[in-house]
Amino acid sequence: MFEANSLAVIFVALMGFSILLYAILDGFDLGVGILLPLSQKDDSDTMIASIGPFWDANETWLVLAIGLLLIAFPSAHSHIFKELYLPTAVLLISLVLRGVAFDFRAKAAFSHKPTWNKVFKVGSLLAAMSQGYMLGMYVMSFEDSLAAYAFSLLSALGVAAAYAYIGACWLIMKTEGALQVQAVRWAKQAGLICFIGIVAVSAVNPLINPDVFAKWFAWPTTLYILPLPLLCFALFVYSLLQLKKLPAINDKGCWRPFVAAVVIFALCFFGLAFSFFPYIVPGKLTIWETAAAPESLSFLLWGVIIVVPVIFSYTVFSYRVFWGKVRELRYY
Amino acid sequence: MLETLMLSRIQFAANISFHILFPAITIALSWFLFFFKLRFDQTGEPVWMRAYRFWVKIFALTFAIGVVTGITMSFQFGTNWPKFMETVGNIAGPLLGYEVLTAFFLEAGFLGVMLFGIKRVSARVHTLSTLIVAIGTTLSAFWILALNSWMHTPQGHEMRDGVAFPVDWLAIIFNPSFPYRLSHMVIASGLTAAFLIAGISAYRLLKGDDKQAPKLTLKIALTVAMVLTPVQIFLGDLHGLNTLEHQPQKIAAMEGIWHTEKGVPLLLFAIPDEEKRTNHFEIAIPKMASFILTHDFDGEIKGLNEFEGNHPPVAPVFFAFRIMVGIGMLMLTISWFSRIQLWRDKPLPTWLLRVLVAMSFSGWVATLAGWYVTEIGRQPWLVTGILTVKDAATTIASGNVALSLAMYLTLYAVLMTAYLHTLFTMARRAVEIEEITDDERVKPVLHPAIAHSTNQSPNTKENDNV
Ligand code: HDD
Ligand code: HEM
Ligand code: HEM
Repeated sequence: MFEANSLAVIFVALMGFSILLYAILDGFDLGVGILLPLSQKDDSDTMIASIGPFWDANETWLVLAIGLLLIAFPSAHSHIFKELYLPTAVLLISLVLRGVAFDFRAKAAFSHKPTWNKVFKVGSLLAAMSQGYMLGMYVMSFEDSLAAYAFSLLSALGVAAAYAYIGACWLIMKTEGALQVQAVRWAKQAGLICFIGIVAVSAVNPLINPDVFAKWFAWPTTLYILPLPLLCFALFVYSLLQLKKLPAINDKGCWRPFVAAVVIFALCFFGLAFSFFPYIVPGKLTIWETAAAPESLSFLLWGVIIVVPVIFSYTVFSYRVFWGKVRELRYY
Repeated sequence: MLETLMLSRIQFAANISFHILFPAITIALSWFLFFFKLRFDQTGEPVWMRAYRFWVKIFALTFAIGVVTGITMSFQFGTNWPKFMETVGNIAGPLLGYEVLTAFFLEAGFLGVMLFGIKRVSARVHTLSTLIVAIGTTLSAFWILALNSWMHTPQGHEMRDGVAFPVDWLAIIFNPSFPYRLSHMVIASGLTAAFLIAGISAYRLLKGDDKQAPKLTLKIALTVAMVLTPVQIFLGDLHGLNTLEHQPQKIAAMEGIWHTEKGVPLLLFAIPDEEKRTNHFEIAIPKMASFILTHDFDGEIKGLNEFEGNHPPVAPVFFAFRIMVGIGMLMLTISWFSRIQLWRDKPLPTWLLRVLVAMSFSGWVATLAGWYVTEIGRQPWLVTGILTVKDAATTIASGNVALSLAMYLTLYAVLMTAYLHTLFTMARRAVEIEEITDDERVKPVLHPAIAHSTNQSPNTKENDNV
């Protein structure tokens, strides 16, 4: 048996972990969707082939994250999604459109393919933006003010840029030739916007949330937490230097920007988590106030302990099967 | 403007009805695919590969729609039924959690290998991936139906301050209606997939497809349908007996019985009138209902009047039940008749092929009708004896719910059109291609040693005669 207070912490950690994995994994495939060029048919086929075998499993991390919120912190789930009712509906509809476009574009009558490509691109963009918007509203404690909406819109653009950035880095790793050159260009542009977005969120967040300010600027915590933004900055510089060298002979280091982007995502996530912990609804509800019954959580925790390592091993297996540069995807 | 409660109910019903259509196909279609692949591995007959390749594409499309509409479901509980999670979340949560952990990740993790990996892994690993996806879809049904059945016949919990706490997880999962619901649903999926395969294959034959594959799949689908329909009817009967024990008011509504009496007739048709509490235009078989439900011609069955003010709306339950059973009987007749024709080595006549095409989606209609019986028959309860639907509803402004509902309904209409259109386009395209292509001639690699060779396997030579 596990103790009630630590169960809440374990489950919020698990949930955070799935959100982070979701942002990285579905981030790159949403990003590839956002970047899809509508005019170059061959490129769009290759780009979609690069995410084909993965997108479904990637989205499952969202199901787990939302599931964990629902299961472990039910009243927080209903509180948050009541506040975010309409953006959630937009998110879901875009995810539906994009998920089906993926399959329809390959199977529908040939003349419909460009339409489904458009649906795929717009769906990916809207999904990314609604996630960013929801993140913005969350940071602003669901405030009903012009400033909050403006900030959330900014955050929507930031998240879309971040996904485009990690998506471009993924393409650099998975493609070659002209498309790779194009992806390097995309990565530079999206990376810049993403960087500005991160700086903006980091500046606004402590300014509007006194609790967050107190947390970040309390001596000596500041000292421990300072490496986080510094490292993030350093990684952007590193990533830019790498992008300047790419594409390189023998494709040396084509994976470096992607790894840098993954670490940047993780650092930003830890920054946010640090700002809000132990609140799950900012300023209103803590994880302990909303946690479900310990009987239920410990029953589920056994499942997590047994199953999650298995999930990891077959996820790794699946990425290994499709390792290397993309080849044409065919159903068999 | 409708109030929030009604809108939420319509939205939830619309979303789950749309979602279930796709799992209803994929749960069983994945087992069909496993069977095709296994036969190919065993025999090396290219026609099995051909059947696999055609149906795996339809599977991929159906599965994708199932997944994305399922994601919608996991947001719905909190948004539209907040009280549901507050009251029974301690039970519902872990069951949903286990579904995600054991089923969704399993399916999603191996789907990529199943769909795109045949040339990248050994035949054995590929067949295994297909099997794992099939197990995953079935596990999904296991967990979600454990939850749904618990909502009908709750046990294994205790109430403290109006909140349910788990006491015995085994009792919760294996609650009284669960075995019946699970088996009835899994077989329903088998029938839905079988009639879809039969229908599309018949469509190809009608379009002049003279290849082996549609004939083979037609035969297999009809064989499966022929075996599963009687099983389904038998299970349906057991399911009904179980419901009589636990939710007698639902049975009374299904059968349109108002007064408690002995020797109750079986109503083939009637129009229940809830205001006057009686039926019009009855067509009945004397004493038959008593016999089916109690196995005694003079058995007593409780009528709706015993539950006045506390029973479900009668007409929808009554009609939905007749639609389901009617389709079941139709399926029985058609599958036996067609299969026996094939046995006698007679090609099916055009009219019969047309009937099979018309039946392609009969499984969907029966499945939805069955779910409406079950779910509406539980009203006014959401969780029997614990929580009513009214109490679980959300407080979101009705304008917002109306807006999201309108968006969902539009989306579903578009998706359904595109899905059906694509299915028949694929069938027509399959008519035109040649009998067997080169890559289908490749003998399955039975030894993982030859895996990872992306091109043709070293033993292609000996397959030239296949
Ligand atoms: C292809 C689909 C299909 C077919 C042909 C049938 N059913 Fe069914 N039925 C279902 C698909 C289904 C279902 C969708 O799977 C339901 C809804 C919930 C459940 O467990 O199964 C269901 C529910 C359901 C219930 C309600 C159980 C409850 O109280 O919750 C009963 C009594 C029956 N069925 C009985 C029958 C009988 C006597 C059939 C004889 C022909 C029959 N079903 C054919
Ligand atoms: C899959 C096939 C299913 C279908 C077609 C279906 C259909 C419906 C319908 C039509 C209602 C509305 C009844 C009414 O308002 O009179 C309903 C209610 C409900 N069902 Fe189901 N259901 C299905 C399965 C499930 C499952 C698996 C669950 C839970 C795990 C579930 C949970 C609920 C809940 C929470 C309600 C409450 C809303 C309400 O009663 O209006 N259903 N369902
Ligand atoms: C309230 C009820 C339900 C919820 C919350 C729900 C949730 C979900 C979610 C989130 C997914 C996507 C999984 C992924 O990412 O891979 C999904 C897919 C699936 N669901 Fe549901 N679901 C419900 C009802 C049902 C019912 C009634 C069944 C069948 C009896 C079912 C069977 C499946 C299956 C087999 C899949 C895999 C996708 C597919 O085969 O199309 N679900 N569901």
